[in-house]
Amino acid sequence: MTLNAERVSRTAGGRPILDGVELGLRPGVMTGLLGPNGSGKSTLLRLLAGVLTPTSGVVTLDGRPLDRLGRREVARRVAVVEQQADTLVEVSVRDVVRLGRIPHRRAWAPESAADEEAVADALARTGLTGQAGRLWHTLSGGERQRVQIARALAQQPRELLLDEPTNHLDIQHQLDVLALVAALPVTSVVALHDLNLAAMYCDHLVVLSAGRVVARGGPAEVLTADLVAEVYGVHAEITRTGPDERPHVRFLGTLRG
Amino acid sequence: MTSASRAATASGIRAAARRAPLLWALAGVLALGASVAVAVTVGPADIGVADVWSVIVAHLGGDPAAADVTPIRDGIVWDLRLPRTLLAAVCGAGLAVCGAVLQSLLRNPLADPFVLGVSSGASTGAVLVVVLGVGGGALSVPGGAFLGAVGSFALVMLLSHSLGGTPDRVVLAGVAAMQLFSSLTSFVVMTAADAETTRGVLFWLLGSLGGAGWTDVGTGTAVLVLVLAVCLGHGRTLDAFAFGQDAASALGVHVARTRLVLLCATALLTAALVASAGAIGFVGLVLPHAVRALTGPGHARLLPLCALAGAVFLVWVDTLARTVLAPKEVPVGVVTSLIGVPAFVLVLHRTRRAR
Repeated sequence: MTLNAERVSRTAGGRPILDGVELGLRPGVMTGLLGPNGSGKSTLLRLLAGVLTPTSGVVTLDGRPLDRLGRREVARRVAVVEQQADTLVEVSVRDVVRLGRIPHRRAWAPESAADEEAVADALARTGLTGQAGRLWHTLSGGERQRVQIARALAQQPRELLLDEPTNHLDIQHQLDVLALVAALPVTSVVALHDLNLAAMYCDHLVVLSAGRVVARGGPAEVLTADLVAEVYGVHAEITRTGPDERPHVRFLGTLRG
Repeated sequence: MTSASRAATASGIRAAARRAPLLWALAGVLALGASVAVAVTVGPADIGVADVWSVIVAHLGGDPAAADVTPIRDGIVWDLRLPRTLLAAVCGAGLAVCGAVLQSLLRNPLADPFVLGVSSGASTGAVLVVVLGVGGGALSVPGGAFLGAVGSFALVMLLSHSLGGTPDRVVLAGVAAMQLFSSLTSFVVMTAADAETTRGVLFWLLGSLGGAGWTDVGTGTAVLVLVLAVCLGHGRTLDAFAFGQDAASALGVHVARTRLVLLCATALLTAALVASAGAIGFVGLVLPHAVRALTGPGHARLLPLCALAGAVFLVWVDTLARTVLAPKEVPVGVVTSLIGVPAFVLVLHRTRRAR
């Protein structure tokens, strides 16, 4: 059992952002969350993280509603990587990764051996051990995302939520970040814009449109020309190439065009 | 020095500061003790550190007459200079802590009780009680200052929220509030229209430690200790705000509750300080940046060292303010602004570069 959204809706200023969304994560599976801008991807992720509360419906973690669990307890299980995190504070890579220990530490307690171990482990798993002393504002976009993933890992989560983590990155770093996430032994949800990246790395896809789930399943099942036309308003040709026959989307133009 | 070697030295100092925070804290405490002792001796009337020591020992021993100095000197030390210097230390410490907390909480490197109009609001609240007798005796001066501080804080938050809530909007709203409450303070003081008026306006708008008494020191210290303890208890929570409210929330922080508690705590401390020393500007803005460069961003180290550095800083600035044009006295806020405004510009430049 893991995170479950049960018929969650969220309205903002009277306008529905999410409308009765069901989402059950399966342990160890990397789920891709697709949909055009404004379809509710970010809002769904924030509901899953407990940062927002649903207007109706409930999000549960191991069957217990998130709002019954303490914020800290949730943060010890579920970690979030935002689209583009930034700070004006002069922090080093290690400082940022240490933030991930906050939910595990009591107010006045000094850093424990377990904290140090978790930070070292997170740095090692993201290949940042040698860069721990570098300052945040000297890092490139790709490096920053890597550091945020390391911070999330220092939380020792079983669920990892990422909101368009590859935005603003060049293609090498996009592949790099997603390969890193795919290799982690966690249950993850990744909101993505790029359908081909989603097809390459995700085990399971969920497509949102105007706040509702319009398709879900394996990449080959979900990514069809009809779906792309319906959801994105774009003509596309889907081919299946490569050894594992993952779908590849080639865009042909907008429907209007 | 090349910029590379300078950066290396800076990071070397920083690494040393991180390794030995207790050593730095100890150095800070010693520096503060020495600063207070020496600052008390500065000024007309030839008083030495030994005289100061003798007076303190005599008074703490319960027998003021035992001091090895003339009664006049005893009065200068015990009734004038010592409370004044200690109040300077308390104000410096409190304002620096408020600035550090506000900067982290609002994610705004330019936040400080003065820039955000909190000090001016507290001044207005205080003069309404002092001059117009608002509250009919039920409201003390610090009480009025607290209501004024909270009122102006609420106004700034409301205004900046309606303007979009970005860091520069918060500062703009703060400037507007500061101007509004400064004018209100001047207006209220002017309505009293006696010989003391001008002095009164200067006191509330620019700050002065000239009227310091032991009650001010006592109240200020009590509130400082309380608020510092609350802020230190939230140290890790404040660290979590480095990447914004959502990031803090995702790290298990109750954002709304934390903001409410810490904004009230800083408003309370600002009010206590303003009620006894007026609105002293820029200490809260400048000191946290200087200390952060030394300790790094962790609040468990930043806040206590901010308190010590702020205390030492204001003790010396006030000494300068009362001696530089002696026998005339420069309002301490004038000196802090003269130092603070260039620092304000420097911080603006650094944040622009960081974008």
